[in-house]
Amino acid sequence: MGAKVITLTSGKGGVGKTTATANLAAALATDGHKVVCIDADIGLRNLDVVLGLENRIVYDLVDVVEGRCRLRQAMIRDKRLPELFLIPAAQTRDKTAISPSDMVRLCDDLRPECDWVLIDSPAGIERGFRNAIAPADTILVVTNPEVSAVRDADRIIGLIEAEEKGPALLIINRVKPELIKREEMLSPDDVLELLAVELLGVIPDDPNVLLSTNRGLPIALDGKSKAGQAFRNIARRLQGESVPFMELTDQGNIFGRLSRLIRPGSA
Amino acid sequence: MNNLLNSLFGREKKSARMAKERLKLVLIHDRTDLTPGKLETLKDELIEVISRHIDIDPTDVTIEMAQDGRQQRLIADIPLNPVGRRRVR
Repeated sequence: MGAKVITLTSGKGGVGKTTATANLAAALATDGHKVVCIDADIGLRNLDVVLGLENRIVYDLVDVVEGRCRLRQAMIRDKRLPELFLIPAAQTRDKTAISPSDMVRLCDDLRPECDWVLIDSPAGIERGFRNAIAPADTILVVTNPEVSAVRDADRIIGLIEAEEKGPALLIINRVKPELIKREEMLSPDDVLELLAVELLGVIPDDPNVLLSTNRGLPIALDGKSKAGQAFRNIARRLQGESVPFMELTDQGNIFGRLSRLIRPGSA
Repeated sequence: MNNLLNSLFGREKKSARMAKERLKLVLIHDRTDLTPGKLETLKDELIEVISRHIDIDPTDVTIEMAQDGRQQRLIADIPLNPVGRRRVR
C-alpha cells in the first residue's frame, strides 16, 4: 500500500474546507478504504467536532511531531467507521509549532499504513497553509460562488502552481441553483471560466449539512441528502471513477457544459 | 436609495454578471501585479518607442490584458500609418 495524500485548502475561511474534509474522509471510509485525516489548523481545532470525535482526543499532531507519543497513539479511530482515523490539531499551540518538513515526514510514515491521508488546511496563505500543502500529492481548492471566495481561490491556485504542486482541483461549495437561475449567483461555469482549473465537484447548499454537523455525523453518510451524494461522488472521482456531475436544477441549461455530462437518473 | 442603486448599477444588469465582470478585472491585476495606471504608463512608453522607428497613430493603439487558461497575455494592437510614397521594386 501507498496512501495518496490530499490537502484541502481555500485561502478564505468559512467556505467549507473542514466539512468537505470530514465528508470525503467518511465517503472514502464507507467505500472500504483506510483513511487518516489530519487537522492542520493548529490553534483552531475543528475537524474533531465536525467528525464527532471531540471527546476522544488524548494526543494531537504536535505531540506526534515533538515525539511525546507514537503516531498510532494520536490516531483516533471512528467507532462508526472503523476505517476512518483522525489526527487532531493541537489547541494550545500555533502554526509555528510544526514545519512543512515535519508534515512531509509524518505523511511518509502514514503512507504505508493507509489508503488515503486527507489534510484539512487552515485558512490563509502563511505557515499553516505551507505546512498543509507540503506533503500533498493532490491539492483540492474549496470555494463558494462569491466574489471574495473566488478571488482568494485564484490567489491560492497561483501559489500552488508556484510551488509546483498543481494542477489544483476545484470544489465549488454552497451552490444555490435557484439563485443561479435568477442570475443572482455565479454559476459553476462562471467560476471555472474565471479560475481556469479542473472541476472536481459541485456541492449544493443544503441545510442538512448544518444539522449533521450539529450531530457530529458527516452528511456523506446520509443516503437521502443531495450534498451527501455530491460528496460521495467526489470521493468516487478521487478513486479514478468518472462520475457525472449532479443535476442541481430541473432545467439543465443553467449549467450549460455541466448539464451535458449529466446521466439521467443520477440523483 | 433604491433609485440611486438602480441608476448607479443599471436596472437591467443581474448581480451574477456584475460579479463576473468585476472578478475578471480583479483577477487580472492580482495575477500580474499590473494596475490600470501602470498599464497606461506602459502604453504611453510603448507608443513613444515604436514611434521613433515607425509612423503610427497613437490614438489607434490598443493594449490590453487577455486570459489564456491561467496565463495572462498582454495584447498590443498597433496599426501602422500607410507610407505616402513607397518605391516599387
